[in-house]
Amino acid sequence: MTRLTYREALKQGLREALQSSDKVFLLGEDVGRYGGSFAVSKGLLQEFGPDRIMDVPLSESGFTGAGIGAALGGMRPIVEIMTVNFSLLAMDQIVNNAATLLHMSGGQLNVPLVIRMSCGIGRQLAAQHSHSWEPLFAHIPGLKVVSAGTHEDARKMIMAALLDPNPVILFEYTAMMNLEADMEDPLPAVDLSKAKLRKSGKDLSLITYGSGVYKCLHAAGELAKEGMEVEVLDLRSLRPIDTEAIVASVRKTHRALMVDDAWQSVSISSEVSARIMENCFYELDAPVQRLNGLEVPMPYPKHLEDAAIVQPSQIVNKVRQMLG
Amino acid sequence: MTAQEQTMKADASLKMKLLRQMLLIRRFEEKSAEMYTKEKIRGFLHLYIGEEAVATGVTAALSPDDNVLATYREHGQALARGVDPGAIMAEMYGKQEGCSLGRGGSMHLFDAKTKFYGGNAIVAGHLPMAVGMALADKKMKRNQVTCCFFGDGAAAEGEFHEAMNLAALWQVPVLFVCENNLYAMGTALKYSHAVTDLEKKAPGYGIASATVDGMDVLAVLDAAHKAVDTIRTTGKPYFLVCQTYRFRAHSMFDAELYRDKNEVDEWKERDPVTRLEEQLTAEVALSADDVLKMKKEVEQEVDRSVDFAEKGTWEPVDQISRYVYK
Ligand SMILES: Cc1ncc(C[n+]2csc(CCOP(=O)(O)OP(=O)(O)O)c2C)c(N)n1
Ligand SMILES: [Mg+2]
Repeated sequence: MTRLTYREALKQGLREALQSSDKVFLLGEDVGRYGGSFAVSKGLLQEFGPDRIMDVPLSESGFTGAGIGAALGGMRPIVEIMTVNFSLLAMDQIVNNAATLLHMSGGQLNVPLVIRMSCGIGRQLAAQHSHSWEPLFAHIPGLKVVSAGTHEDARKMIMAALLDPNPVILFEYTAMMNLEADMEDPLPAVDLSKAKLRKSGKDLSLITYGSGVYKCLHAAGELAKEGMEVEVLDLRSLRPIDTEAIVASVRKTHRALMVDDAWQSVSISSEVSARIMENCFYELDAPVQRLNGLEVPMPYPKHLEDAAIVQPSQIVNKVRQMLG
Repeated sequence: MTAQEQTMKADASLKMKLLRQMLLIRRFEEKSAEMYTKEKIRGFLHLYIGEEAVATGVTAALSPDDNVLATYREHGQALARGVDPGAIMAEMYGKQEGCSLGRGGSMHLFDAKTKFYGGNAIVAGHLPMAVGMALADKKMKRNQVTCCFFGDGAAAEGEFHEAMNLAALWQVPVLFVCENNLYAMGTALKYSHAVTDLEKKAPGYGIASATVDGMDVLAVLDAAHKAVDTIRTTGKPYFLVCQTYRFRAHSMFDAELYRDKNEVDEWKERDPVTRLEEQLTAEVALSADDVLKMKKEVEQEVDRSVDFAEKGTWEPVDQISRYVYK
């Protein structure tokens, strides 16, 4: 067992990826000399040199497109978009090139590219810097979209994403950077396509991903003290979504509550809810419920920000209601 | 007398005004840093210390009818534009008495009455908007200038290049002001740009450009007057590059691994505030007492802004969904 912060887990994952092949290189804004905007890549420039750890100018569309090109050319780039907030500048490259080339070329050209981006919510960064845009990417056929809601995934998802022949979008969470957790060393590889039960229970399914995972585990712990056995399903893969795992959980608990910070309308939670209706409606003892971020651009003051994102106490209250 | 000649003859009182303005920005920023460590200000905070001459000089060449757009490092521009210091400090506290009602914080200062249009935290995101504002002025036959501040890093973004081309294509009155402080976060100019003389990017688009010592407020004022005069008479865009330096970290989270302390110290020798202060003391026999008095006034003004912010109130949570739609 070793004890690592989420940041160290990400760095270890990156290091393993870089060590796995000379074709792997990291490119992104301030990944090298600055040490990474969240210090994830700090020290890697010294370890691997400037050809493997490439600082790029502010030009999200440009360097993401270059990453796609390099992948087509046989390299295995890892593109870091500093935060999800800036990903819209690269969206055209991601959607119109990375996600579509395989199909448009009749299967001739695949894009084995990993794009990492961190999501920073809950740090009073206001409207332009607090986005939860997993649903935007999960909407796009041709992409794989995964979300590292635990230390294990922070450490192992990068390598799994690299081994995938498709473009993979990997979400990381800034609010968790300093969180510590124990993990096995070495840690076995992870399967990118499967959801994972982080805690099992028989009374209700909390279905979540990303920054919701630890929140839900915390809430489940509180509820256990009151005798409620709630299970926590971490979706991990947001495209494709592991419908089987969702159905299996609902069959067991007969109640489902979706939890995530993204805006609710047309979101992952809408999608999961629809899949439950389609696949196991008759298993439900209560309507599916959802807790999401409030549908406003993120306000700056702490009290309003807290009100705009899902709090563990809200999860606890909602579950009590649903079981009460 | 042309505006240019006026600048040349900038009298003592104008220079005093410029000095006071720069002192206010300097002191305000130092206070902001202090309030950040006291956790009164949260989120991201980007300080303008070292770059005061740019906002001060450029803004002094504008008229109140002109539009101003800036980045997340915009407290200096907002102050120079005349946005109330109390309203800025309250905004950084997140109080509803702030210039954006507390919704925006440090990176999103807005003040429609002084035509200060933010406060944009997506690098280069405001350049196309500036072109559009100038286009509206042109269509509505208003003889106004839109002044858009941004960094050297922003000049690498596609939006910079698209905005330059559109502005030239449409011949709109926009002043692009690049605050070249040599770094985009931790990425030095030479790692961002193949051609580091940024003013050279303009001619390719058919835009007139100039570069100026951004540590010399009088030089900046002069260059800005020239630029604004040109824009007002021709209706065409103009690109002004101000060579400057930030004395502080990029934001409050920056360990500054990417630059040498000596480099920072060398630039501090060129402190724009001290420079004008010394010049004024020599030229117009500004006495040490006068300077002290000015500093004291500025100090009081900054303290008042903090008092105002402290006394401000929190917006009730039940109003959170306001301002999503009009
Ligand atoms: C589109 C976009 N990409 C990345 C960032 C993160 N970021 C914020 S400021 C900054 C550096 C900008 O440098 P520059 O334009 O030179 O302005 P300065 O901060 O030096 O004033 C970066 C990379 C951002 N806010 N927006
Ligand atoms: Mg800069």
